[in-house]
Amino acid sequence: MAKPPVEDSTRRRLVIATSAVGAVGAVAVAVPFVSSMSPSDRAKAAGAPVEVDISKLTPGTMTTVEWRGKPVWIMHRTAQMIDEVKKSAQSDVLADPESKASKQPAKLDAVTRSLKPEVFVAVGICTHLGCSPVKREASDPEMRGGGEGFYCPCHGSRFDLAARVFKGSPAPSNLEVPPHKYLSETTILIGEDETTA
Amino acid sequence: MNKLLTWIDERFPLIETWKAHLAEYYAPKNFNFWYYFGSLALLVLVIQILSGIFLTMHYKPDASLNDAGIPVAFASVEYIMREVPWGWLIRYIHSTGASFFFIVVYLHMFRALMYGSHRKPRELLWIIGMVIYLALMAEAFMGYLLPWGQMSFWGAQVIVNLFDAIPVIGPDLSVWIRGDYVIGDATLNRFFSFHVILLPLLLAGLVFVHIVALHKVGSNNPDGIEIKKNIDPKTGHAVDGIPFHPYYTVKDIVGTVVFLALFCAVIFFMPTLGGYFLEHNNFVPADPLKTPDHIAPVWYFTPFYSILRAVPPILGSQFPGVLLMGVSVVIFVFLPWLDRSKVKSIRYRGSLYKWALGIFAVNFILLGYLGVKPVSDLYQLLARIGTVIYFLFFILMPWYTKIDKTKPEPGRVTWNH
Repeated sequence: MAKPPVEDSTRRRLVIATSAVGAVGAVAVAVPFVSSMSPSDRAKAAGAPVEVDISKLTPGTMTTVEWRGKPVWIMHRTAQMIDEVKKSAQSDVLADPESKASKQPAKLDAVTRSLKPEVFVAVGICTHLGCSPVKREASDPEMRGGGEGFYCPCHGSRFDLAARVFKGSPAPSNLEVPPHKYLSETTILIGEDETTA
Repeated sequence: MNKLLTWIDERFPLIETWKAHLAEYYAPKNFNFWYYFGSLALLVLVIQILSGIFLTMHYKPDASLNDAGIPVAFASVEYIMREVPWGWLIRYIHSTGASFFFIVVYLHMFRALMYGSHRKPRELLWIIGMVIYLALMAEAFMGYLLPWGQMSFWGAQVIVNLFDAIPVIGPDLSVWIRGDYVIGDATLNRFFSFHVILLPLLLAGLVFVHIVALHKVGSNNPDGIEIKKNIDPKTGHAVDGIPFHPYYTVKDIVGTVVFLALFCAVIFFMPTLGGYFLEHNNFVPADPLKTPDHIAPVWYFTPFYSILRAVPPILGSQFPGVLLMGVSVVIFVFLPWLDRSKVKSIRYRGSLYKWALGIFAVNFILLGYLGVKPVSDLYQLLARIGTVIYFLFFILMPWYTKIDKTKPEPGRVTWNH
């Protein structure tokens, strides 16, 4: 007694329809669980700008503040340091000398990457894999003759005093310069500039 | 007692299961030293689960700072070490267990490569094993974040940022993994959840499947021949097989005793093993503003980390290095098909495979050594050479295993009384 083929195809159609509806349901249920792992509203809101007093920052030194959980450097560059920045900008040792592929506010001076040449602000997070580079003297072998600058201890990326990456480093771009503005001669607001305010 | 057993057996296949997997599971009689590591891996899994249950009673996955300005998670680990009765022992058992897990698993995998245990008909068994290895890597990586020390923090920072390098979806993906724009409390809590719930469940399930697959195809042996081809017509069992219990349960007890002696030696006399099992910088609380002068993953990840570092950025992207590192782990899955040799065991292979495997093993250790060292020109060059050798082992395998002069396999396993 052969089964009527009509019943077979009906059964197959019902199985496919049931599986499809079940699969859609499974995907729909996954949505809230997957979404729950995204940053919460509180995490998104925790990006308030930070005010920094730089009156006590002596020439040649730097300080680190926390903004959005990341280290932000503020360095008081001496005249000699600014000269070095200008010098390396003209040589061909930098991967991105004009910071075209790098994140920075539009209003910066193209050569010194700052609003004022003597005050340099940058996010101290390597664009490679997110370690925080450290300041190194020109004599340091890790700088490999590149002059004074920054060195990433994780994978050996080197940066000049305007945080521009040297050719041959693993980091793909210069360190980010965050939006910032002067509230007064000695106070900087990190995280906000004329365009974002 | 017998009545109770009968009562159970009428409702659950207890005796049947015992016989199928222990008392009447026939394993080749010529197992040697290398066959300890499967059962030892199971032992370490049990040790890790047990010690982990007790650590979870005192540990707090909380990145906020306490009144003393120390992250709560870091402080809770120190609390376990100093104030919980015997807490230091349980913590050192767990941290030492992590490293021993990888030692045992690496030796277990090396055994497979020596005796061809990954080859037909055991391909699926090998793949399940590789999935276990991947789950174990995830388990170890997430567990390492929990003490919330400097190495925990910056190690996780680097590894999660690897996903950032994936084109198009990368940046969103890494934010989703962290649950924040930086490694923080959200990351710590989800890693804790995965470390104590998701991955242990997954590992237990995978180990079960691994053993089921093993008992379906039967164990390989140092001769790499199938004992099932030679069945005794009277008993119906392989003539070269012996019941797992009591023969190998007793043998494995010997291995367990030696293993535990070494394990205890590390726990009691050198729990950090000179910074290799527990890195010195991880005794410093996590500081999101300062990367330690030198960071390296724990030793069991360093061969792959070396490969990552060896690849320069291509077209301003780190992705090729990340991809190559991923491939270097996953490529093991394809071994059963890359190997074209007529014989399985190294005992009957020619010198080509012996050299290839020997060089690969030494190179693996060398890459691991380079991975814990800071970058320098020389080390960079060595890591690049090592990376090339690593991949040549796999890429050239179909060729050198095919032309390799093999010896004929014996009909029966070789076995000295």
